[in-house]
Amino acid sequence: MKVNGVAQPAPADPRRLLSDHLRHDLGLTGTHVGCEHGVCGCCTVLFDGAPVRSCLMLAVQAEGHDVTTIEGLAASDEPLHPVQQAFHECHGLQCGFCTPGFVMSVVGLLHEHPDPTPEQVDEGISGNLCRCTGYASIRRAVRRAAELTQK
Amino acid sequence: MTTRWFGAKVQRVEDDRLLRGNGHFTDDIDDGALESVLVRSPFAHARINSIDVSAARALPGVSAVYLAADLPFGQTDLPILIPHPNLTHGRTQRCLASDVVRYVGEAVAFVVAENRYIAEDAADLVEVDYEPLPVVITPEASAAAEHLVHDDVPGNVAAEMIQDVGDVQSALAAAPHRKRLHLRFERGAASPMEARAVWARWSEPEHRLTVYDSTQSPTSIRGGLAVLFRLPESDVDVIAPDVGGGFGPKIMLFYPDELLVPFAAMRLGRPVKWTEDRQEHFTAVNQERGQVHEVEVGFDGDGRVLALDDDFIHDAGAYTPYGIILPIITAAQVPGPYRVPNYRVRFRDVYTNATPTSPYRGAGRPHACFAMERTLDAIAAELALDRIEVRRRNLIQSDQFPYEVGVAWQDGNRVIYDSGNYPALVERALQMLGPRPDGDHIGMGLSPYVEGTGVGPYEGAHVQVLVSGKVIAATGIPSQGQAHATAWAQIVADRLGVDVGDVEVTSGDTRKFQWGVGTFASRGAVTAGNAMAVAAGMVAEKAKHVAADFLEVDPADLELAGGAVRVKGSPDRGIPLAAVAVLANPMRYAFGGGTEAATQFTARPRPGPPLLEGQEPGLEATGYFSPVGSAWAAGCHAAYVRVDPKTFRLEILKYVVVHDCGRLINPLVVEGQIEGGVAQGIGGAFYERLAYDADGQLRNASFMEFLMPYATEIPEIEIDHIETPSPLNPLGIKGAGEAGVIPVGAVIASAVEEALGIPITEMPLSPLKLYELSQAQTS
Ligand code: FES
Ligand code: FES
Repeated sequence: MKVNGVAQPAPADPRRLLSDHLRHDLGLTGTHVGCEHGVCGCCTVLFDGAPVRSCLMLAVQAEGHDVTTIEGLAASDEPLHPVQQAFHECHGLQCGFCTPGFVMSVVGLLHEHPDPTPEQVDEGISGNLCRCTGYASIRRAVRRAAELTQK
Repeated sequence: MTTRWFGAKVQRVEDDRLLRGNGHFTDDIDDGALESVLVRSPFAHARINSIDVSAARALPGVSAVYLAADLPFGQTDLPILIPHPNLTHGRTQRCLASDVVRYVGEAVAFVVAENRYIAEDAADLVEVDYEPLPVVITPEASAAAEHLVHDDVPGNVAAEMIQDVGDVQSALAAAPHRKRLHLRFERGAASPMEARAVWARWSEPEHRLTVYDSTQSPTSIRGGLAVLFRLPESDVDVIAPDVGGGFGPKIMLFYPDELLVPFAAMRLGRPVKWTEDRQEHFTAVNQERGQVHEVEVGFDGDGRVLALDDDFIHDAGAYTPYGIILPIITAAQVPGPYRVPNYRVRFRDVYTNATPTSPYRGAGRPHACFAMERTLDAIAAELALDRIEVRRRNLIQSDQFPYEVGVAWQDGNRVIYDSGNYPALVERALQMLGPRPDGDHIGMGLSPYVEGTGVGPYEGAHVQVLVSGKVIAATGIPSQGQAHATAWAQIVADRLGVDVGDVEVTSGDTRKFQWGVGTFASRGAVTAGNAMAVAAGMVAEKAKHVAADFLEVDPADLELAGGAVRVKGSPDRGIPLAAVAVLANPMRYAFGGGTEAATQFTARPRPGPPLLEGQEPGLEATGYFSPVGSAWAAGCHAAYVRVDPKTFRLEILKYVVVHDCGRLINPLVVEGQIEGGVAQGIGGAFYERLAYDADGQLRNASFMEFLMPYATEIPEIEIDHIETPSPLNPLGIKGAGEAGVIPVGAVIASAVEEALGIPITEMPLSPLKLYELSQAQTS
């Protein structure tokens, strides 16, 4: 599998979840685990460009596919990705635990709908739970991200 | 002092690393750690006949399986965090249960293995022979005492407390009108997105225990671990790194894992970690909010409250590790922003076979607010008066401060509201709410509230100017998303005249600051924020004195601005703060941004040693702030809702909040706290319900069935502020962490009652609950 553009061998243990593999074998701890049963969206990564929940997949299922994690959006010496930048500007995060999952979902959303309607915004983030923000600032961030992306 | 940063919408300094996935949460740390799993009771009440761990221990890859008998502290009752004379029958659990378990999720055995997968397999192999005992699950059943949770606690009553203000008996007897209400609030769960986690390492050569813990109180954890493991506190470091939300239950002294993980790390000579999974979080982590109130109110024909009697039972759960803080807060906060001349409150804190309770955002206040607001609506209905008018007639007026309520507060003092303007909050909320939308089945709810914030005893801060000119600041309390690093930097930057980006804050790391209490009870900004101001103010004074020597001016003529100490009125006469930092250490540094500038000055010859008596080297200071009493924040929420009369779906058409937390450090952060709090309140009012069955099993211990709101359930919240500064702290601030959540249940109840014409006396609601209530009403 390729993770953030780099080829990586599959884990030895076939039971290894993709989320555990990313976090604990590859050290990509930006992908978070909030429920491990596919509801919270904290573990969202891009799988061949589309958002998926990495806690619901075995790492071996990613063989032959492209996985992008939050760390893959912008190198540490580069400016933030427009979606990350928008979350910063709009105070779209508090504790930051849900944030990587939201950011990856929004990258996927804007890919599909570069100029989303309010309904598409809610729909696009309706698979991610946040317990801190109350979502208003995240909605603002999505709209801002659409602006920044179109620039 | 200029206030360039305080009060400004400064964007958060902590965002960059969190957005890049470079945050450091406890489970992110591996470092060769063994992994562990707790074996937990599947029964709500049972005797343990035997435990067989032989198969688990024999599994390849298992390092250890511990039972109570294997622990030096296995027979020690865990502490009661806040003892109270009325807590006559306080009980706490032991780290691992060995004879009786009293709630589903109580820890029984601890398994450590090479990795989590093996540890889980081994946990499955632990054989426990349980003999089920009768279960007490509702507070009503507990108070009826058909069965006992603890054999030696008669009637299941942990504590009872009665407080009297005035003479309720006579005032009730004399009141022209009387009304009784039976009100019920069910348990809820904080459910931070990051569950709990602990990582520990023992270093033999350094003789040092290092613990990372997703706690709201690392300093207290450190104190407890030092006592338990017989180490000087200086040999124990506890760090709360990035914490993924707290909301109360991440402070508890102690969860078993907080002792077991360090213990195993010391025993096994390897780092050990434990990460909770979501399912166990549901039953292993403290909950809150279960209360049943019997209210009797006496009032006059204008709707003025003459006497209020509230007799309530509080669901403690199986143990009382947190003392009786929750019912004490409820008892204190029932009167809220209203004048209640005669008030009697009695509570009984009763044991049930469910997870222990401790503060969850709001902490005893949402239920208090619900009780009072339901009562006022009942008065309005009885007298056919406008609900808002009844509130106006009972509000404490702005010229009545300080206002003494007459009951005890959680810090042992009396409840005294220091400042506020409650009528202004209500009027502004009404103005923002605007006209009622057209349509059927629409209801309006409005509720003002107060919140005692910023309880002591104290917090402290250390501030230091480095020779690079950068500033570091540290305090003991950790952040769980409240933007402490930004807020503290704003306070420090103003006092030192530097850019907010030049202040780097560390919080919740005992290596950087070892004293403190914790982040809870909306106290961080008041206590640590003011401590930051004190410490930074001391540094500023010191900087002036050091610079005065070299500029040959009076310190009183100097100011800190633009990263320099300069003469007031002549900004070119000055010295960079970096250079002052160099000068503050009489043995100059060989490297560092300020060195060159500092050496341009020659020391003024003066008698005596370079470091005068009473002087300390370095441009740094440690300061503390200890409040004399709570700063009372207040606010008012109002909403229009529509309820579908067939599906009972709730639609929030408009939701407004007016909030007064005194001076705002950063409006962005405060508004974020309010928006998040309201969302949590809406979840608790209409979606989230912990569904315990009669056997004490939590039937919905997953996010699939415990319905936390997504974006689709939460409306836009309109927010405005009024600022009545608290006279009790130099910055004039009041806490803001819990305000969003407190009145939401009361607002939704009032609005739904009006929309459907069904009396609402309980929380939470749900479509099913509303259907049942409407059926009951028609039949
Ligand atoms: S951790 Fe994968 S959805 Fe929650
Ligand atoms: S920012 Fe904390 S859960 Fe979303």
